[in-house]
This record gives sequence, structure tokens and C-alpha cells, in this order.
Amino acid sequence: MKDPYDALGIERTATDKEIGTAYRRLAKEYHPDLHPGDKTAENRFKEISAAYQILKDPDKRRRYDRGEIDAGGQEQPERSFYRAHADAEDGAKYARYEDFADLADKSDIFADLFRQTGDGRRSHIKMRGADIAYSLRIGFLEAANGAKKRVTMPDGVALDITVPEGVLDRQTLRLKGKGQPGLGGGPPGDAYIEIHIEPHPVFERKDNNIHITVPITLGEAVLGGKIDVPTIKGAVSMAVPKGSNTGTTLRLKGRGILDPKSKDYGDQYVTLEVVLPREIDDTLSDFVESWASDHPYNPRGDMKGV
Amino acid sequence: MLSFEDVIEIIDSLQAEELHTWIEVGWVLPVRHRESYRFTEIDVARVRLISEMVHECQIEADAMPVVLGLLDQVYELRRRLNTLVRAIEAQPRDIREKIGRTVSETAGQPRNRSA
Repeated sequence: MKDPYDALGIERTATDKEIGTAYRRLAKEYHPDLHPGDKTAENRFKEISAAYQILKDPDKRRRYDRGEIDAGGQEQPERSFYRAHADAEDGAKYARYEDFADLADKSDIFADLFRQTGDGRRSHIKMRGADIAYSLRIGFLEAANGAKKRVTMPDGVALDITVPEGVLDRQTLRLKGKGQPGLGGGPPGDAYIEIHIEPHPVFERKDNNIHITVPITLGEAVLGGKIDVPTIKGAVSMAVPKGSNTGTTLRLKGRGILDPKSKDYGDQYVTLEVVLPREIDDTLSDFVESWASDHPYNPRGDMKGV
Repeated sequence: MLSFEDVIEIIDSLQAEELHTWIEVGWVLPVRHRESYRFTEIDVARVRLISEMVHECQIEADAMPVVLGLLDQVYELRRRLNTLVRAIEAQPRDIREKIGRTVSETAGQPRNRSA
């Protein structure tokens, strides 16, 4: 990584004002969106931004000067510049057709090249349809396991949507060509579907793991045993170890949600909760009374002095 | 696709008020969605560009229409030039060479020939 003072072309004694001025001058000169085809501009711009991140902050600058931090580690998060979008098909959105009308007049053969996307005064209008956005509410299990949904658009057209397994809340699905129809043979726009996942009364999602609290009886807690535990794909049998307490958390490996990138499944974490019987009968209270009298223990020992 | 609030959140030093203004004057064209907006990737990239021009490069708001206007023309020219190049590249070799020679003569520069 380049020395930040060199990157901004300033002396080590430069004032804050000089740093700001140098940064603004270079940022204007090298902003990649002002140099669409120049590959070096992006690297230069990143270098300038990283240098400015250090030098604009008096504390970071002092630490850099003392050698406590180096010039690396200040890189900006990966970002996409406007030029990548403007050069692509999407760029037509911000095009200015009227600026090319004279060129269209000059050439019979290439007239279409300069008026292809439509100048209102000519008969040859071809425009891409508008994009539309919808939100779609789906159930927790539909999101976890994937689902097919059919929605009816305001214009009455039915749209089939395949919700991928493991979809995230607020994730947007793009349906190419399902937006508004184009004009004069232009392509249709796209539909963007934003997913909203409804919460589940039992399951809770954290990343690709599922968390669930399961009640157990006093007997299951003390003696252990097999219990049925719901998972997103149906109930499975789970062994409760002898002496399990409220708050004990067990893991069911691979019973969580699919990670679309790694294709691995997350886990399900089961937190146990010991529940006493609804009625404490004499047998239980007599037993506990005699047991407690010669088995004293202090579960609140850690709270002393609080 | 991002909401209005998402865009404010992810772009440093961007204020809701100014983004509203930019939408009103047509610098950015997000999709209307209910009472708010949805921003596609190109919209977000454009907001970031305008924000950097205004806040970091300190280009006056009055000058922004000039900057954006020229920028949009440059990108539109690039897209159309690209279409033209692709059309020429799709022609038989002798036609491509004829066009190449004409371009060299018109531009007054020797054309860099490659097989």
C-alpha cells in the first residue's frame, strides 16, 4: 500500500485544509465514473480514498506518523461504480436521446443507431418497459424450505414465483421481463419481488441456524429420555441426557436452513425448559421435602454481593 | 432492490432531504413503490456518484445538471459506439477492412493492423 502522503502528493507537514484540498482535486481528477474506459482510474481513486481515510482523521494520522498503523487496512468495502452500470443495458434508463437527433439525420444506414431507443417526434419509437416492484409476504416455513407462489399483479396478470430454499427476509428476487411491456417492440421491464418473511411461533432463525425452546417434564430432566422435537422438515427424535436443566442447549446437526452459497445446512439449537406438573400432589411434595432436608444446595451462590 | 431508507443508510453523508430533492429534479429515477421508492443497482450507483460529487468533490448543486448532462451523453455515446463496433465486427473480413481503411483515412492516422 502506498504512503498516504505520496498518494495525495502532499508534504508530511500538510495542514488539514491542504489535505482536504489535495483529496478533492485528485478525487475529481480520477473518479472512475468520469473515466469510463480507463482501468487505472479505479485503482488510483481507491488509493486516494484510502489515503484520505487515514489523513482526514487526526487520531489515525498521528498513529500512522508514529508507525502504529500502516497504510493498509483502509481499503473501502467492495463497491460498484456507476460506470459499470451505465455501460451496460441498464444504462439506457438515463440516456438522453434528443442529443443524437442530428446524427440520425446524417446517415440513412445508421439512422437507427442514433434513434433506436426513441425520439418522441419520430415514428420509430422503441422503449424498454418500466420496472415494477412488489412485496410478497411468505410464511416462515415457506422461506426455510422454498415454495412456489402465484401472485396476481394489479393489471390482472398472474405471476409464478419460485421462492428459493433459504431465502432471506427482505431479499429481492428479480423476474426478468415480467415488468411493464415495452413500447414499439422494446423489451419489457423487470419485476422485483421483495420477500417479507412472517415470524414463526416456535422457530427462530439466526443466520442459517434455527433456535427453538422445548419444554420437558421433571422426569425427563432428572432421568433423561427420548423426546420428539419439531424441525422445519418435520419432527425428529432427540435424546435428552440425564440431569438436563432449564437452559441446557442441544444441537441437531444439519437440521437448520440451507445456505444457498455453500449448499450446507445450518443446525438447529434446542434449548430445554423444565416444566413442573400442573398440580403438585402429596407424593411429590413429601418426597421433595424429605430429599431437600438432607441435600442442601445454593443455586444463587453467584448472586452474592450483587 | 433497496428502499429509500436503505440508500440513506449505506451511502455516507447522504441526507434524506437532499435525496428527495434529487428525485424531484430527476437526477435519479427510482421506481415508485406505494408511498415510497425502490432503487435498482444503477439507481444506487448513481446516487453514490452524485453524493461523492456534491460532498467530496464539492461540486456546487447548480453545476450538477451540467456534470450529469455531459456524463449521460458520454455514457450514451459509449453504448451506441459499442453497438456500432459490434455491428461492424459481425461483417465479413473484406468489409471490416474497407471500413478500417476509411476510418484511418478520415482520422488521418495509420491504423494498427492485426490479424
